[in-house]
Amino acid sequence: MKVKIISRSTDDFTRERSQDLQKVFRNYDPNLRSQERGVEYTRALNAAKLEKIFARPFVGAMDGHIDAVSCMAKNPNHLKGIFSGSMDGDIRLWDLANRRTVCQFPGHQGAVRGLTVSTDGQTLVSCGTDCTVRLWNVPDYRNKSSSDSAGNAAVPIAVYVWKHAFWGVDHQWGGNLFATGGAQVDIWDHDRSEPVNTFKWGNDTVMAVRFNPGEPDLFATSSSDRSIILFDLRMSSPARKLIMKANEDTNCYSYDARKLDEAKCVHSDHVSAVMDVDYSPTGREFVTGSYDRTVRIFNYNGDHSKEIYHTKRMQRVFCVKYSCDGTYVISGSDDTNLRLWKAKASEQLGVLLPRERRKQEYLDAVKDRYKHLPEVKRIVRHRHLPKPIYKAATLRRTMIEAERRKDQRRRAHSAPGSMPVKPFRKRRIIKEEE
Amino acid sequence: MVVRRENMETENINIGIKQENLEELDPKAKKYLRGDGANLEVLRDKRLKGQLSVKEKLYGQSAKAAAMAEKWLLPTEHGYLEAEGLEKTWRIKQETILQEVDIISSRKPFDMVLKDLGPYRFDYTLSGRYMLVGGRKGHLAMIDMITMDLIKEFQVRETVRDVVFLHNEQFFAVAQKRYPYIYNRHGTEIHCLKEHGAPLKLQFLDKQFLLVSINKFGQLHYQDVSTGEIVGNYRTGLGRTDVMETNPYNAIISLGHAGGKVTMWKPTNPKPLVTMLCHHGPITALAFHYNGHLMATAGIDRKIKLWDIRKFQVLRSYSSYAQSMDFSQKGLLALSNGSQVQIWRDPVGSHDYGRYMNHSMVKGYQIGKVCFRPYEDVLGIGHSMGISSILVPGSGEPNFDSWVANPYETKKQRREKEVHSLLDKLQPETIMLDPSKIGTVRPPRKKVRPSKKEVEAELDETVQKAKSVTFKNKTKGRSKPSKKAKKKEEVVLNAKRSFRELHQVEERPLKKQKVDEVELPKSLQRFARKKL
Repeated sequence: MKVKIISRSTDDFTRERSQDLQKVFRNYDPNLRSQERGVEYTRALNAAKLEKIFARPFVGAMDGHIDAVSCMAKNPNHLKGIFSGSMDGDIRLWDLANRRTVCQFPGHQGAVRGLTVSTDGQTLVSCGTDCTVRLWNVPDYRNKSSSDSAGNAAVPIAVYVWKHAFWGVDHQWGGNLFATGGAQVDIWDHDRSEPVNTFKWGNDTVMAVRFNPGEPDLFATSSSDRSIILFDLRMSSPARKLIMKANEDTNCYSYDARKLDEAKCVHSDHVSAVMDVDYSPTGREFVTGSYDRTVRIFNYNGDHSKEIYHTKRMQRVFCVKYSCDGTYVISGSDDTNLRLWKAKASEQLGVLLPRERRKQEYLDAVKDRYKHLPEVKRIVRHRHLPKPIYKAATLRRTMIEAERRKDQRRRAHSAPGSMPVKPFRKRRIIKEEE
Repeated sequence: MVVRRENMETENINIGIKQENLEELDPKAKKYLRGDGANLEVLRDKRLKGQLSVKEKLYGQSAKAAAMAEKWLLPTEHGYLEAEGLEKTWRIKQETILQEVDIISSRKPFDMVLKDLGPYRFDYTLSGRYMLVGGRKGHLAMIDMITMDLIKEFQVRETVRDVVFLHNEQFFAVAQKRYPYIYNRHGTEIHCLKEHGAPLKLQFLDKQFLLVSINKFGQLHYQDVSTGEIVGNYRTGLGRTDVMETNPYNAIISLGHAGGKVTMWKPTNPKPLVTMLCHHGPITALAFHYNGHLMATAGIDRKIKLWDIRKFQVLRSYSSYAQSMDFSQKGLLALSNGSQVQIWRDPVGSHDYGRYMNHSMVKGYQIGKVCFRPYEDVLGIGHSMGISSILVPGSGEPNFDSWVANPYETKKQRREKEVHSLLDKLQPETIMLDPSKIGTVRPPRKKVRPSKKEVEAELDETVQKAKSVTFKNKTKGRSKPSKKAKKKEEVVLNAKRSFRELHQVEERPLKKQKVDEVELPKSLQRFARKKL
């Protein structure tokens, strides 16, 4: 006869000293834990609820400007510094950690319309409606204590006066050039007082300029004649032009720059014009600021926003930026304040212990697994909206639905094939020119 | 929880795994896969197919990682009893086993003789550490089975029919003469659950925090002990019974009735989910296997049947008798009959249970309850003269999981676990026959009603068929064109009528016609149910 009995000596399963950690034993056998799916579902539901409870995205406001904030620039070399320019010509450098002004850059006579920082983080370029471009040295405020530097003022390295008012500026990635937009597009070098190159296509004002981070020679502009123009610095003339009839139609359109005949995705949710867009450093999501006094965050391929931020006091948002580490969002608005938000509303700030992190990962995975179930979906999707926006959104929905219905009826009563169905991605595009 | 946790380990462990090793592990890994993967071949959506195939791959990896980790995570080996030569395992006596085992194990079997306070029932906590003992005449005691300390002993001076632990050893429920009561471990009465009536049997569903009782009048009560809410109160309508068991796999309550029926209940349904006729004559005992597929029933007709409760079919039927039964974690089946205890085993996994061990108590002891102690090779026996326990090698799960049930739980761990289990408390709606259905999509109904168009097309076809019938050529003017046309018309009409009749019957099943209430004779009218 051979016999063996399970026998455990208590010493092997308990700790020896009171300072020791408790011993933990795992057995992943599914038979030991029944109704796993039910438990997982309950956890997903609770996680979704807790996420809502902990969604406190507003971190703080930074006041100091005496007029509306018109533009912002982040310093690619310094995480907690951000520049902001206002309508009265004031430029400030902020310390995000302390939410204080570190330095001021006085000089502009009219509104500051564009701000950008060179990739090495040494030079700040500003331009405005006073027809000047100013180059500034970025102060090394790491050595200074923030308290005594509050009234600190810098002097520009260079002031370039030009023929027309400027509406936007952007610096080339990794190079020495920057582009300004106004009545025409000018390419500037740091050391020259006149532009090195000038582009013009059509007569309308260029409102915004943005360089491509991957291809340093490419940049795009948008102008007030509803067109988007792609430029290549290596060529003497603009490359392509896209004309849309989507003038302030509250949507964002993302395009594949190679295929401009249809939008990749139409991001709709705002109820008023979108004033500014900024991609997160990962490129997976972007933030928009709108004239409807809200900031929204979209997935790069999501047609509806995943997050909406608003406060009672925040007025029309003119500029938004993702912080360089992708954890914060900064918005500048009409009420002269910069506001700091968390990019993920319910994220815990500060360092997470490995256990906490793993728990969070687990809860995220479970939530993802059960996101299709009605109860979880409802809780995850729900956002509180301010009343005017809620009403405007309802109205917009009604209008869109009515339009759709009308279109449908028109189609039903016309000859088959005479009204081809055009997807919304293509509907707003009028023309693409080479 | 499990799948995800394992995913994290996958990355760490996979580095060391070699390809051939993986193939060896496959049979072990199958257990962790929790069934077959989805059939992705039928999917037309390529994106979804890709996403799902990535997921399936992850599941496979995590199952393999779990199988790999068994070596380190499961330190204790399971028990066994093997006969050598001409020996038979069922002839081996407890005394013989006792001489062979180590000291710790030899302390586990005991006989507690408590003559006066009548047939005893008992219950173990989920971790198997604590035992609650209840004597018919009101004797209640809680024992720590590791240290063999008596934690509390008291008298309620009332009939005690059943005892059951709640979610941990801090609270227990007792079915007393008129009501179930809840006590804490110090013996203080916490609640008296008057809504339940006089209970015969109690069960506790730990995931849902539901206390279930069946009372003298065959009423089933579900009460949430965390909120105090009565979740369900249903009349079984099948008479008094004290055979009630929980299926640990899906928390469905099964009742065995005097008519030979077994009914399965969930708290949100006033009618049983399943009613099955299992025996001719009253059912004496029920037991459920841990994997949730196997049910054993015993009846007064001297039959013991094993059922596949996925198909509700008999797998095996044995001529034997049992007053109480229990499945162990490893699938041994204990049966008691009079003062005899038999333990059956399924040696090859084909549901062919055979004798494994025998044990006889002192003659005249009536065994009321047998129950395996979780995570130990021990069978507890409650009988008319007290409580006993015997060694049954190979019955318990050798490795416990600290997060599921920990026999060596400290006070802090216990408190933490209480909070977590309350956070993860399942709603009563989650109790269903197949709990893995949660979060899945109901497959489309197979039979789709034919659309109007289809019906019309079919009608056309029948009409055409009727029209194309050729008639025999007849004489004496019976084949005149007018006659022929008339005949054809008739045939078509007939075909149409028969088609319509056929479809009407299919489309609209006859509604239950309201029968006008018959006027009762005056003398009987006072017994009629009053209209509201």
